[in-house]
Amino acid sequence: MMTQMLEVQKVLDKLKFSLFSPEMVRKMSATKIVVPDTYDDDGYPIDGGLVDTRLGVVDPGLRCKTCGGTVKECPGHFGHIDLVRPIVHVEFAKHIFYVIKSTCPSCHKVLAKKLPVADIEKVVDKVAEEEKPEPTVASDSQDSQTTSEASKTESTEAAQNVEKVAKKKAKEKGVRKCNNCGVDLPEIKLLKPTTIFKDKDMMLPNDIRDWLAAINDGDLRTLGFDPLYSRPEWMVLTALPVPPVNVRPSITLETGERSEDDLTHKLVDVIRINQKLEANINAGAPQLIIEDLWELLQYHVTTYFDNETANIPPARHRSGRPLKTLAQRLKGKEGRFRYNLSGKRVNFSARTVISPDPRIDLDEVGVPEFIAEELTVPMHVTEWNLERCKNLIMSPAYPRAIYIIRNDTRRIKVGDTPEMTKEQAENLKVGSTIERQIIDGDVGLFNRQPSLHRMSMMAHRIRVLPGKTFRLNPVTVSPYNADFDGDEMNLHILQTEEAQAEAKHLAKVEKQLLSPRHGHAIIKPQEDHVSGLYFLTSDESHFTKAEASSMLYLIGITELPSSDVKGGKYSGKSLFSMLLPEDTNLKVTSKLGEEIIIKNGKLVKGAVESKATEGELLEKMFVNHGPEFTKNFIDNSTRMALEAISIHGLSVSLKDYTLSTKGSEKVKGITDKMNREIDNLIMQYKNRSLERAPGMSLSETLEGMIMEITSRAREDAGKVVESDLGNTNSSIIMAKIGARGSLLNAIQMSALVAQQTVRSKRLLRGYKGRLLPYFKAGALTAPQRGFVYSSFHDGMTPYEYMYCAMGGREALVNTAIRTARSGYMQRRLINALQDLVVYDDMTVRNADMSVVQFIYGGDGKDPMYSSTAEVGDGGKQDDIDTA
Amino acid sequence: MKSNKKQSVKIPAFEAVGVVCAQSIGEPGTQMTMRTFHFAGVAEHVPTGLPRLIEIVDAKKEPKKSIIDIYLKSSYARSRPEAEKIAKELASIFVSDVADVEDDLETLTIKVTFNEKDGKGQGVTFAMVKKAIESFTGEIKTDGNSITIKPAKEVKTPKKSDKEKKEKKMTAKAVRKLSQKIKDALVRGVRGIYKAVVIKGNEEYFIRAGGFNVLGACENSAVDSKRIYTNNIKEIERIYGIEAARNAIVREIKEVMDMQKLFVDIRHIMLIADAMTYAGSLKSIGRHGLSGEKVGVLGRAAFEETIKHLINASAFSEEEKLIGVTENIIVGQTVPVGTGKIKLVMKAKNRVQK
Repeated sequence: MMTQMLEVQKVLDKLKFSLFSPEMVRKMSATKIVVPDTYDDDGYPIDGGLVDTRLGVVDPGLRCKTCGGTVKECPGHFGHIDLVRPIVHVEFAKHIFYVIKSTCPSCHKVLAKKLPVADIEKVVDKVAEEEKPEPTVASDSQDSQTTSEASKTESTEAAQNVEKVAKKKAKEKGVRKCNNCGVDLPEIKLLKPTTIFKDKDMMLPNDIRDWLAAINDGDLRTLGFDPLYSRPEWMVLTALPVPPVNVRPSITLETGERSEDDLTHKLVDVIRINQKLEANINAGAPQLIIEDLWELLQYHVTTYFDNETANIPPARHRSGRPLKTLAQRLKGKEGRFRYNLSGKRVNFSARTVISPDPRIDLDEVGVPEFIAEELTVPMHVTEWNLERCKNLIMSPAYPRAIYIIRNDTRRIKVGDTPEMTKEQAENLKVGSTIERQIIDGDVGLFNRQPSLHRMSMMAHRIRVLPGKTFRLNPVTVSPYNADFDGDEMNLHILQTEEAQAEAKHLAKVEKQLLSPRHGHAIIKPQEDHVSGLYFLTSDESHFTKAEASSMLYLIGITELPSSDVKGGKYSGKSLFSMLLPEDTNLKVTSKLGEEIIIKNGKLVKGAVESKATEGELLEKMFVNHGPEFTKNFIDNSTRMALEAISIHGLSVSLKDYTLSTKGSEKVKGITDKMNREIDNLIMQYKNRSLERAPGMSLSETLEGMIMEITSRAREDAGKVVESDLGNTNSSIIMAKIGARGSLLNAIQMSALVAQQTVRSKRLLRGYKGRLLPYFKAGALTAPQRGFVYSSFHDGMTPYEYMYCAMGGREALVNTAIRTARSGYMQRRLINALQDLVVYDDMTVRNADMSVVQFIYGGDGKDPMYSSTAEVGDGGKQDDIDTA
Repeated sequence: MKSNKKQSVKIPAFEAVGVVCAQSIGEPGTQMTMRTFHFAGVAEHVPTGLPRLIEIVDAKKEPKKSIIDIYLKSSYARSRPEAEKIAKELASIFVSDVADVEDDLETLTIKVTFNEKDGKGQGVTFAMVKKAIESFTGEIKTDGNSITIKPAKEVKTPKKSDKEKKEKKMTAKAVRKLSQKIKDALVRGVRGIYKAVVIKGNEEYFIRAGGFNVLGACENSAVDSKRIYTNNIKEIERIYGIEAARNAIVREIKEVMDMQKLFVDIRHIMLIADAMTYAGSLKSIGRHGLSGEKVGVLGRAAFEETIKHLINASAFSEEEKLIGVTENIIVGQTVPVGTGKIKLVMKAKNRVQK
């Protein structure tokens, strides 16, 4: 049989975090680093230097002295620096401080240990009482403290123990004595970042280390440590691990000059000062000088760990740029965790601009040829597809294989001469894998950022098309929130059969027609599709035989039914009905106010508009007939609609937004009336006869009333526009049937733009007491407070243009702030909830299996079907209760 | 046209409902307005929309503006004047609202001048003000509409620490402090409830006010303590317990969403409320709450405060059990949700031999 590789899948079960002891650091060290330099004059790594070849190599050609590997093979090895004097590890300074505070300076016992339990409680109570003077509040906070503590994780709990003991001790008055040996306890203080004071004397790191080392294992356990893995004295460093060179590779500039990594620079500083300190100690230098150097060494080690430590100046590069040291590498959005570990880069993906193509199916994506030639799918060679695979290898042009992965895992590029490919094809064996270019029908995951919900990444069938852009059916823009003004999208090609199957069955576009957010259709006819369906199904729409047959042909019906309107014509309603399943029944009142009735799959009454096409009709169809059927319905109705709209025609011109003279006069009348009313109010306000509204000041009352008047003026203008432009106006039709635009757009274009606001108030900014310098301070009339009398059709006065800019700016600022804020909120939500999963017993559980809900949503129903939940099976409340 | 299959409306097992919930609440956030809402006369800028949503999710101790809805027992709820009367009883009025308080540092006295016009509007009499001030120790002299207080000597700064200063001398500083206290003295109403307005509900009148002093409001016998409601979730948790807090979260989030006409299935809102409360106390979404208490070190480190979590984990030799989503992504393994929780095994014995 075939020599199928039996790969043992290794699964990481758990990781353990711990501290390195100095012995461990030395043990795993490949070499001791003693030279504060990197390369010698010949450009060769110095032995005992920071790029010693025993630490691994970064230059091609060299071999690692420890493992003998080259750049690619050697994983890198740690070295170490022996620090002549111990140095406090910045990040652990707090831990050290608490441990010292909690132990006796003489016998090194935990101070609280000898206290009987009851006494501890008393002290804790006392502390709580002192903190919160009000007795009721104190008991409350204590309660919540204990409850919240119970659920704290190991480390925080342990940290709290340490902290509590220390805190409690600090609260006691007078000279405290050790409960064990009776010695007077000093006052311990932490001066950030790394200095600890005992009474008023600074503790030297070696004193600290000795103190910590003297604490016995049992006491350490009391404090929350596991002495096997972490002892506090290891937090005071005597040996500093030096990371392998491939962690801090140097880069060679075009000039041939070497530029070392920030970490290397920092380590150079550490070694240099370390040596200087050693020399001074050996020379018997005065204590003062030694302590100065010691402190300097402490500074360098501190900044080596974290160059953003509070209260100390960051170490800088020669250019003045602060160095990026260890903490900076891990931290934040661009740090190791979020950038490299949580976000991984992938192969087999493509990105380009998107453009619309209403003629492809909605679950397809048009992939440009040059991308299709680049992306590949692995294809396992079996006895059933051997011939096809061979043909793919021998193929000279597009659908061809690019790599052959032989049974022995060797990867071979398919040759480019016919002779080579022929030989390779002949040698192809069952059990190997070939990587072939993607072809029509493969599935790919299509994605647009920001990926705010799961419909931002859906599986599409690939369709290779000429051109340079991804093509997608315009009905799918809404889940992606895409438009075609230059948006780019990503395509990922799935590399295993398992992934492909999951994509096809779970992530396919047609499976995502309903949003899990609310259970309503998110992919639905839009814009021209809605207009088209409206024109198709309106009462007077009759189509000739030729028109009807072209429409039906588009949806795959080749036999023409008999005509149902006299003159051999076909009614649009009957043509539309051919798309509907027989059990469709619908009765809605359309946005135009007329009834739409579908009875047993026949459109009986009314012209279909957005309300009919998007809501119940699609949702019921999805539940009762499945995703595929619904997808076909949308595709077919789109095709018919586009044909219908082509026959009917739909366009707008400037004339469509020009009001008649009568209409303009009416609008003028409305604004005049508005002005009068406002003037009247202002007068009442000025002579104080205006009645104050409850809870508002007089000026607030005035503003509120004026706002009401201005918005009424706009509404009135709307009525004028509606009657003046008439029901045959394309813009009005589109607005009314919900295809595109709103009446407001039409009003602003043809009648007046109306009141501009900032913070939902009339404009009042710019100059003292007035909006623009040309007005009187305190002006209250509409034209001086941001009312725009002109329409977009007529054009604005300079003032009005300014007003619009002011209102527009607020909108822009708001969106900018909103996206930032909601983005962060969503990140937090996802992070907090990502581990919640529904189990097969309907319970919702966290990662640690704790139950969050006993039955998901109280009824176990999928929110995707919530709007239509009475249909379908298995969703009844009773079904779940027994589960 | 032929029909296909019916869909099951049951939630599929192992569905990552948490992520779907987070997305369903987070995604509409991008479409929300930032505007604050005006409750006729009550607190001016009650946050709605995105700011309010963030506030709820943060489980803030004190939201920017708390609102309390006080329902009345049926005998008071029927007529507006009755309700107005109760509203007046509840709304807090401080001395500074109806009087001018001036301190004279030379003579070490404080003069309170009652402002009749303001008092009338609020229904406060001079006697009420006087009563409020009488609770302070000191010599009180009444003169027409003003009261002069000469603070008694034993008025002391409450701090124990500055013992030396506790001499029996009245300092200018203490007088200043006392005058501030007098300004804040309650003349009438319930502390923490302000600007009460009567609103007509479905069939009754109720009071909507700023603040959240539920217990204080309940002391008034006309208040129906069973129906009182505040939008301060933390306070609800404190007084009524965690179940009530959960329901309040659901109600508040739903209100925010409905107000903006953004529809979110109630199941998502319930899940987020349950996640915030299932541990028995109200936890926020974020580094100080749920995310900060996750079991996985790597998961916490990948969210926020990376260094802190790594350092603590190593100091206390924590174990990473790799049970969460992020943790497994970090080590490059299949994520334990959805199909990642299912294993498929195929028996190979029926394979065709060739």
